[in-house]
Amino acid sequence: MKPAIALEGISKSFPGVRALSDVSLALYPGSVTALIGENGAGKSTLVKILTGIYQPDAGVIRVGDTEATFPTALAAARAGVTAIHQETVLFDELSVAENIFLGHAPRNRFGLIDWKKLNADAAALLQRAGANLDPTIRLRDLGIARKHLVAIARALSVDAGVVIMDEPTAALSHKEIHELYALIERLKAEGKAILFISHKFDEIFRIADRYTVFRDGTMVGEGLIADVGQDDLVRMMVGRAVGTVYPKKLVEIGEPVLTVSGYRHPTEFEDINFELRRGEILGFYGLVGAGRSEFMQSLIGITRPSAGAVKLDGKVLVIRNPAEAIRAGIVYVPEERGRQGAIIGMPIFQNITLPSLSHTSRSGFLRLANEFALAREYTSRLDLRAASLDQDVGTLSGGNQQKVVIAKWLATKPKVIILDEPTKGIDIGSKAAVHAFMSELAAQGLSVIMVSSEIPEIIGMSDRVIVMREGRIAARFERSELTAEKLVRAAAGIEAPPEGRAA
Amino acid sequence: MTAKLLKNREALLVVAIAVLVALIALRFPAFVAPGNLARVYNDTSILIILALGQMAVILTRCIDLSMAANLALCGMVAAMLNTAFPGLPIPLVIVTAMALGALLGMINGTLVWKLDIPPIVVTLGTLTIYRGLIFLLTNGKWINAHEMSVAFKALPRLDIAGAPVLSWLSLAMIALMFVVMSRTALGRAFHAVGGNPHAAVYTGIDVGRTRFFAYCLSGALAGLSGYLWVSRYAVAYVDIAAGFELDIIAACVIGGISIAGGIGSVAGAVLGALLLGVIKNALPVINISPFAQMAISGTVIIIAVAVNARAERRKGRVILRKAEAV
Repeated sequence: MKPAIALEGISKSFPGVRALSDVSLALYPGSVTALIGENGAGKSTLVKILTGIYQPDAGVIRVGDTEATFPTALAAARAGVTAIHQETVLFDELSVAENIFLGHAPRNRFGLIDWKKLNADAAALLQRAGANLDPTIRLRDLGIARKHLVAIARALSVDAGVVIMDEPTAALSHKEIHELYALIERLKAEGKAILFISHKFDEIFRIADRYTVFRDGTMVGEGLIADVGQDDLVRMMVGRAVGTVYPKKLVEIGEPVLTVSGYRHPTEFEDINFELRRGEILGFYGLVGAGRSEFMQSLIGITRPSAGAVKLDGKVLVIRNPAEAIRAGIVYVPEERGRQGAIIGMPIFQNITLPSLSHTSRSGFLRLANEFALAREYTSRLDLRAASLDQDVGTLSGGNQQKVVIAKWLATKPKVIILDEPTKGIDIGSKAAVHAFMSELAAQGLSVIMVSSEIPEIIGMSDRVIVMREGRIAARFERSELTAEKLVRAAAGIEAPPEGRAA
Repeated sequence: MTAKLLKNREALLVVAIAVLVALIALRFPAFVAPGNLARVYNDTSILIILALGQMAVILTRCIDLSMAANLALCGMVAAMLNTAFPGLPIPLVIVTAMALGALLGMINGTLVWKLDIPPIVVTLGTLTIYRGLIFLLTNGKWINAHEMSVAFKALPRLDIAGAPVLSWLSLAMIALMFVVMSRTALGRAFHAVGGNPHAAVYTGIDVGRTRFFAYCLSGALAGLSGYLWVSRYAVAYVDIAAGFELDIIAACVIGGISIAGGIGSVAGAVLGALLLGVIKNALPVINISPFAQMAISGTVIIIAVAVNARAERRKGRVILRKAEAV
């Protein structure tokens, strides 16, 4: 059978990172191909190339028999490639029909939108997608699953031959997922080529016909689902030596510093219990959306848990807002550093001293000399290179902004530091520096919680690992028993093979 | 050096004001006499005080449209207090006006903080409410010069060391705001909340509370301005300073305070107000009709915004090593 669309020898680099190198992928009409890989394996980059958002540095895209280029998203859409994203990219305030036909609405002979035809066509498409929806209602009144159906109807409206589904079930309930499966079967029957991206193995084995596995930007395996087992796929995903390059220092683990018991939230997580000891790096692994960041934000008082208690150094602590967490000695370095980290437009030193102003001021007045001293101390510890400390943070590179954010938190002299995806989106050199520094902190007696979705980082840096899945703790591992396969299994909820053991 | 100076908004404004004054002096040399310049400053004092309050609010990504209405209500209450109790010491009247102003600001701040209503909607609403309250208090009646006590009217004009109290008060407020902005945690929080509200939350800053304090500050300064306005012009009625909120915001915008929040300085607010003050004082002198004056003021505002927009344009990501840390 000839593929509906084929990528051959595709490479794509970003400054400092090689995202894809010489990968190939073929999608066949009437079949579902699962794209599998860890976070950062290059799946999203590939999707963006397929949909015309990124241009590959090398390689060819073939649609049918002809070579094609997708310089814009529109060009990809014209070639019949459409994507349904994890979070639907639709317009809440428009009607269902308008969403379906946005950009290619039928026109009447005056060039105005033909509303009658628009709504009739939309109703027909919705019927095909298996949704009995009134096309005139506003999108915001629909649930997520129904919105997905609208997105699918939109995909049908452009007569797409290739449908990309990027973790379509991440936000769906159990019943909705089964409706989605039924829909995928219908699309298959209509001869669409479907690329299905998922972390969940049960889904992949339920719905996919073929698989392609990516690892570190290269394709490491492909074939028919019928020919492989879960273990083979896991091995392909993680198959590499890890742990040797990480600058993990051997630290005497001390007494418990932080004890969390019975933390729960009505919608985000429940039953979170753990202990964090002095000098320990505790890794939190899980798939994106497993509730790790949500729990951390609740721990530092940004959201309120519905139940739960925290003890720090043996004393029960009530944390109602981030200021109280900082005062108690718990700091959180957030994941989205662009949005939640540095304050662009403010000088470096002011960024660093912002949470420590009570230490650098006297009788309510700030003392600039103290501020500069504090900022200088921590920027030099982190080896930050900047012309002067009163220049705008915005003039620094991403890696150096990162250092400013970390310096800001260290300057508060915390007991517990929570690092959420500390090396996401930074180059390899800066990564190594962050790891070395993290190790150094633990050696100095700080307790570190590291939330990370990168398996090598988790294995390389953690003393203990907690794996979260769907808002609960799925497994706990000591450093000695850590393997990539165990982590992947626990995070994805795959049962252990007979010879292994999952906690 | 010059290139760096041109990048500095405050320096640019000083140059703009100097050029403007020089141009006016060409046609009307008496304008630059020290006595006259001092008069222009005195005339602009109230606008400066108000712009300082508005600056704090705008820095936190909010806006206070109710300042002029707040001013009018506080001014009216001050005048009524004075007519009812002519013996009441004037400093007490001023403190009352400021306290009332702060209270009105707190109402704005609470609505923005606790109910999470967009600031422009809140203050548009309170603007009409505060004006309406004046009417309810007075039934639309004016309080005229002869009803006010001599001391009430005399204070702003009182000469101390060669300058009227009005000028001294505005200088004091500039000094006060300078200390607040550069030497207190609150001033730092104004910048942080406007610059990146999400990051501010993580550093332990309560975004809503910071905005609340900004509104208190702008309210108190509006209250002070209320007394100054009424005593200086010796009249109080429903519509005093109607439309003045736009002048206040214009002064801030000209002074380089970013409407998007986070960027701005006390010097900028003061210079922005002064530039507007010079224009308003000079144009009648060189015989330009009031309608042309409005057009000219508007043009200045747009030019200022265009210049600021150029300066603020996103520089893009710093990826090249050599582009870093210039």
